Amino acid sequence: MKRKRLIPAIAAGAAFVMVLSACGGSSDDGNSDGNGGDNTTPAFNAGVGKVFNKSDAKGGIIKMADNGEPDSLDPADTYYGYMWDFARLYGRSLVMFKPAPGKASEELVPDLAEDLGEASDEGKTWTYKIRKGIKYEDGTEVKAADVKYGVLRTLDREAFPNGPEYFKQFLNLPEGYLGPYKSKGVDTSSAIETPDDYTVVFHLKTAFAGFNYLAMLPQTFPVPEAKDTGVNYRDHVISSGPYKFDKVEQGKQFTLVRNDQWDPKTDKNRPALPDGFEVTLNLAQTEIDNQLMSGDLQVHITGTGIGSAAQSQVLADETSKESADNPSIARLWYTSINSNVAPFDNKDCRIAIEYATDRTSYQRAMGGEIAGGDIATNLLPPAIPGYKKFDLYPAGPDNKGDIEKAKDHLKKCGKPDGFEMNIAYRNERDAEKAVAESLQQSLERVGIKLTLKGYAQGDYFSQFVGLPSFAKSNGLGLVVNGWGADWNDGFGYLSQIVDSRVIRETGGSSNVSVRDPKVDQMLDDAIAELDNGKREKLWSDIDRQVMDDAFILPGVVAKVLLYRGQGLTNVYVNDQFGYYDYVSLGLEQK
Amino acid sequence: MSAPLDAPSGAAASPEAVLAGETSKAIQGRSLGQIAWLRLKRDKVAMAGGVVIVLLVLVAIVAVLMDRVFGVISPDQFNEDLVDGSTMKPLGFFGGMSWDHLLGVEPKNGRDILTRVFAGSWISLLIAVCATLLSVAIGTVMGIVAGFFGGWVDSLISRLMDIFLAFPLLVFAIALAGVVPDKAFGLDGEQLRIVMLIFIIGFFNWPYIGRIVRGQTLSLREREFVDAARSLGARGGYILFRELLPNLLAPILVYSTLLIPTNILFEAALSFLGVGIRPPTPTWGGMLSEAVDYYTMPHFMLWPGLAIFITVLAFNLFGDGLRDALDPRSR
Repeated sequence: MKRKRLIPAIAAGAAFVMVLSACGGSSDDGNSDGNGGDNTTPAFNAGVGKVFNKSDAKGGIIKMADNGEPDSLDPADTYYGYMWDFARLYGRSLVMFKPAPGKASEELVPDLAEDLGEASDEGKTWTYKIRKGIKYEDGTEVKAADVKYGVLRTLDREAFPNGPEYFKQFLNLPEGYLGPYKSKGVDTSSAIETPDDYTVVFHLKTAFAGFNYLAMLPQTFPVPEAKDTGVNYRDHVISSGPYKFDKVEQGKQFTLVRNDQWDPKTDKNRPALPDGFEVTLNLAQTEIDNQLMSGDLQVHITGTGIGSAAQSQVLADETSKESADNPSIARLWYTSINSNVAPFDNKDCRIAIEYATDRTSYQRAMGGEIAGGDIATNLLPPAIPGYKKFDLYPAGPDNKGDIEKAKDHLKKCGKPDGFEMNIAYRNERDAEKAVAESLQQSLERVGIKLTLKGYAQGDYFSQFVGLPSFAKSNGLGLVVNGWGADWNDGFGYLSQIVDSRVIRETGGSSNVSVRDPKVDQMLDDAIAELDNGKREKLWSDIDRQVMDDAFILPGVVAKVLLYRGQGLTNVYVNDQFGYYDYVSLGLEQK
Repeated sequence: MSAPLDAPSGAAASPEAVLAGETSKAIQGRSLGQIAWLRLKRDKVAMAGGVVIVLLVLVAIVAVLMDRVFGVISPDQFNEDLVDGSTMKPLGFFGGMSWDHLLGVEPKNGRDILTRVFAGSWISLLIAVCATLLSVAIGTVMGIVAGFFGGWVDSLISRLMDIFLAFPLLVFAIALAGVVPDKAFGLDGEQLRIVMLIFIIGFFNWPYIGRIVRGQTLSLREREFVDAARSLGARGGYILFRELLPNLLAPILVYSTLLIPTNILFEAALSFLGVGIRPPTPTWGGMLSEAVDYYTMPHFMLWPGLAIFITVLAFNLFGDGLRDALDPRSR
């Protein structure tokens, strides 16, 4: 650069940096002397694995926004991870994940219950004793019958279609039970018993060693039967937690204020620092990102991270990057290889796909190393206990695929010159479209020609790729897919994606491709195994079997780029959810 | 009294000599077309638009040849090494402009923008022109029939036009694009998609031409040449298509030229909403849709936007000039 232009450039550059640092990261509060042990200076990943800006100052309203809306505020009817995180502010389940950063959050700790469940009858019966003196927002006491009622109402799939179905799957319910609204007066003590006001006993159809994970679900929030308004309960959920609903405008916003009936002595897990929360719904992604960066908003509640436009800004600028956290979560982005569509009924053709894929391009399509994630070589993400790293189909030194081996397998399956195939993806997800385009380019190198077919996200599993007859008749051999664990253990992650028995002819399953009776048997063995060490090894064995079958082409282990709002205290990512722990957040007091 | 004619001086002031000067170049009558062409030629702006249109058509023809017939360009090819892996930003000035990539490359996958804009031209123009032809065909027939026969035929067709004009076209297009199966009417895949788009855009836009043609027909049918033809024994069909239609060509031509840019924008809107041509086939609207996510890298939005802008402007300017040239009442 010529000398003459250098000086104005430097001046402009300096001004630019000063402007950025003024509106960029949060301020030092003067206490910190910059050393890492204090963790109050903004830095990239300051909220991952440790608590950023520790404080016990109370007060303030935390402002959050959602770029869509929750499936439901009713704890019986929500399957979004961010709602499972947030709902703990207005409800208490029997047990919960320890609100701590890093691996500490793997531990389940008692919440409503005094202790973790007691197993008996070789894991078919689970007993919980709930604490005395816990009150709802109206002052009445929480009783065991309320927990039983809360669980029973989730069985009404018509009233509450969204939530998980684990209780239906495991509880020993009477035949044809449809929940308390439709099956009034039916005796359900074969499934749940309440021998006294503070004891709940669950009876299961088969032994399930991981039942405490089900006790963690919001579906075990106590619901007072007298105050239950059915499908309208979501308009005002009766709170058993530190906050209660003040205003609820479905589709627009909702606010929480302090629940004065909540007794902190009964609750060691929740600091309850802010005075309330304001959540705005259906705000555009770009608007949310802008407001986060300007400080008008503190949290993007869905935890899906900042959008692509803001990403390049934040990652390119050192000061903005200090407000970003980049956790790895228990989610895998992958592509299903559907054996119902020829020639994928032949295992060698499936293996050819595994070898021919350019993994670095797949990673880039998902957003690159920071916003997308680390390249995956197997099905289990590292966050799942029992995870072991292995790679059955090495993709060459540069991870761009092993063309020779791919061609070998193509010859073995009788398609030496390649073949034509369709790949399905969700229209609304640009990353999935990019993955489909990337695979089109990679697989072309061995003669496999892909035609891209986009489908609507809302019906993706119910009408299209998850409906076996549709997938087969439309030749959907490759399906861009993704799955996050319901909870971070082998069952919570694997059960819905590798069990062939969850595939319904009527559609709706996320398992589009894994059909192996051996895997089904291994799953059954694992859930009955009460010894933790043995069970964890079984999850890894299942992983290896599925990869050996080549029913799944792993893409990346998801990472998400979160923006740490200005002025927040006690910020850390709860590894079990992959979002900031909403129960612990507080606000700096000016 | 002064002489009205410019008389040549001297001996040639005789009547024969003067007249001879006049007829030395033969008087030729000019047809309507020739008059119009001369007037158009004088309108520099319209001619500029016309030249651009011709160039665009040539570009589109070359594009479809290079892309689909001979396969010498690859608009879908990734160049990931030209893009930064973490910010997804193309390396280099204004989106990675270089001699290899004159307009830069796309974020994330590094596809060459010039090739994609170039390859996207033929689909956009093809759909817009075919849809216009469909609209014109239906609109002309309906308009002439309504205008000429009057009475209940006119009422019926006019109400039909009102219904079609009130139709929420964009919503219908989105819905239809979602339910059309992969194979229908003997076509499949991309061909079916293109035909479907031509149908949606063309079929619902006919009232635009229809109303104009009807209006013109209403005024023309009262003219003497129609009476003359009738008195010679001509029937409805003959009058419609041999007498009236040639006189309607001028307005039809003008409004068709003005309808094409509307349809180009329409196709771009449908692609933008994701109901257009399937990726990765480039279309200008589709590229704009992808560019919105990367608005912090404006080069991506600029080039396809500019392509649409230039095309629409050219057609509009030429169409305006054509209307001025063909309209006997102007000037």
